[in-house]
Amino acid sequence: MSEITPELVRHLAALARIEVSEAEVAQFASQLALIVESVATVKAAVSDEIFATSHPIPMANVFREDVVKPSLTQAQALSGAADSESGRFKVSAILDED
Amino acid sequence: MSVLNKSAHELASMLVSKEISSVELTRAQLDNIDKLNPRLNSYLTVTHELALTQARQVDELRAKGEKLSALAGVPIAVKDNLTTIGIETTAGSKILQGWVPPYNATVVEKILSHRMPILGKTNLDEFAMGSSTENSAYGPSLNPWDLARTPGGSGGGSSSAVASMQAPLALGSDTGGSIRFPAAVTGTVGVKPTYGAVSRYGLIALGSSLDQIGPVTRNVLDAAMLHDVIAGHDDMDATSLAESLGSMTEAAKNDSVKGLKVGIIKELTGEGFQAGVSERFQEALELLVAAGAEIVEVSCPSFQYAIAAYYLIQPAEASSNLARFDSVRFGLRVMPEGAATVEKVMAATREAGFGAEVKRRIILGTYALSSGYYDAYYGSAQKVRTLIQADLAKAFEKADVLVSPTAPTTAFLLGEKQEDPLAMYLNDIATIPANLAGIPGMSLPVGLASEDNLPVGAQFLAPARQDARLYKVGAVLEKLLENKWSKSMLDFAPKLEVN
Repeated sequence: MSEITPELVRHLAALARIEVSEAEVAQFASQLALIVESVATVKAAVSDEIFATSHPIPMANVFREDVVKPSLTQAQALSGAADSESGRFKVSAILDED
Repeated sequence: MSVLNKSAHELASMLVSKEISSVELTRAQLDNIDKLNPRLNSYLTVTHELALTQARQVDELRAKGEKLSALAGVPIAVKDNLTTIGIETTAGSKILQGWVPPYNATVVEKILSHRMPILGKTNLDEFAMGSSTENSAYGPSLNPWDLARTPGGSGGGSSSAVASMQAPLALGSDTGGSIRFPAAVTGTVGVKPTYGAVSRYGLIALGSSLDQIGPVTRNVLDAAMLHDVIAGHDDMDATSLAESLGSMTEAAKNDSVKGLKVGIIKELTGEGFQAGVSERFQEALELLVAAGAEIVEVSCPSFQYAIAAYYLIQPAEASSNLARFDSVRFGLRVMPEGAATVEKVMAATREAGFGAEVKRRIILGTYALSSGYYDAYYGSAQKVRTLIQADLAKAFEKADVLVSPTAPTTAFLLGEKQEDPLAMYLNDIATIPANLAGIPGMSLPVGLASEDNLPVGAQFLAPARQDARLYKVGAVLEKLLENKWSKSMLDFAPKLEVN
């Protein structure tokens, strides 16, 4: 039995802030079950002694000079926003009323 | 021969000798786009006026005798996941429909400073997730060799534009093969540079530890010249390499492979590869041997886990990167009915704005990163990355470059794999290891498969920072093949009938 259940898909979609439809839940659950089964083969390939590589070319402590450079103006930064007011991004209420 | 069929380096010489102006050339390109694009859907946006304005400027500068760079005046197409000031940038997604970025990607700044007119923005699978362009919210691009087939993905807009003479050059991005696979199935040249060799600033991120921008062209020298335009350190990208990797244009002038050790990757030949693909691949190797190269066999056993590792790491990184599409700072906003919190607005927006494959990968990535599964999935995948790097390091002890077919098959039919994400993923078997390891790769056309008369690509890989080796071997093999054919790859392409 796959660990990818419709409940899990609904939960993951909620975590990812995607309001999936019931049809999508069913479709994703069956597709993701197959995909997860396939990618789970990585578990068999590795052991505790192998270290993890998160970045292909090792780099550490990348710095640049701490100088002010030209950047976006406030108007440019807001130019793609769906809504703005007084030079700020405008969104709906953060908290529920209750 | 029409100016449209000329290579970028030929056009560059014609511009210098004033046989043609950039305005004439750019206008001819735009006319061809107007003719072909309604059918091929290679471009999402065509920037007629901008391109002609830029062309006029470069012509004026040339007339004044100003010193210009090698590709000045040669027009170029830009993949639509690279930001461009004043030009809509959608990344193939509905969530960014109508978005006009307030900043340029570093590579866009570079082509502008080299005075290369921008013809438009090319189609791609949504956020570059896919191998066929069928995941684009704006419909698939078509392969000019056979309009029923995919031009590859994710960068199928760029490959189909370059293969159909709608642009002499294009920019692509490659996270798991999105430059090299489209090149292979359209008979064009595509290069993924070493990770960090080209700045990713302004590339709408998919998998940040995998993404790399590179050239899409019709021949090796053109790719080298474009590579030299876009490469170099950039303060705006913390993963940008500090050092220069040298001139690729010089490397592409190489004319000998004597003594070059070419390693065939055992795991990427034979079973699972279309007969016609293997046949053309073998012939290419024979040409290299006849020219003095030495063939050795190498083994990379951990490649069998590459696709699995990739489809954990990439969705994990994508799920994090795509969190920025939150309906607040840019892109779509969908208001659900009734009173809604910002969280509900985000969820409704992302439901409406993302396509199925993007949702699948975000959910998969969220799962792979979730507590309790992180070590088993994401952690193991990163360990596989270590194993793949170790296999490659060993292989490069025996060989200067490695080689395999770029893809197991020629271009597949549109719709063929659309309902089966896993089958689509398997397509990337040969290209993914380079992204996981950060090494450079080139796909070069090596002829047509006998069973379907469609292009076959060979992929060369080199150690990190040794991008020049790809151009050295690629230039020689290209010349050997063209001598054998007495023409170039795209001369085999069928004449396009569009109406």
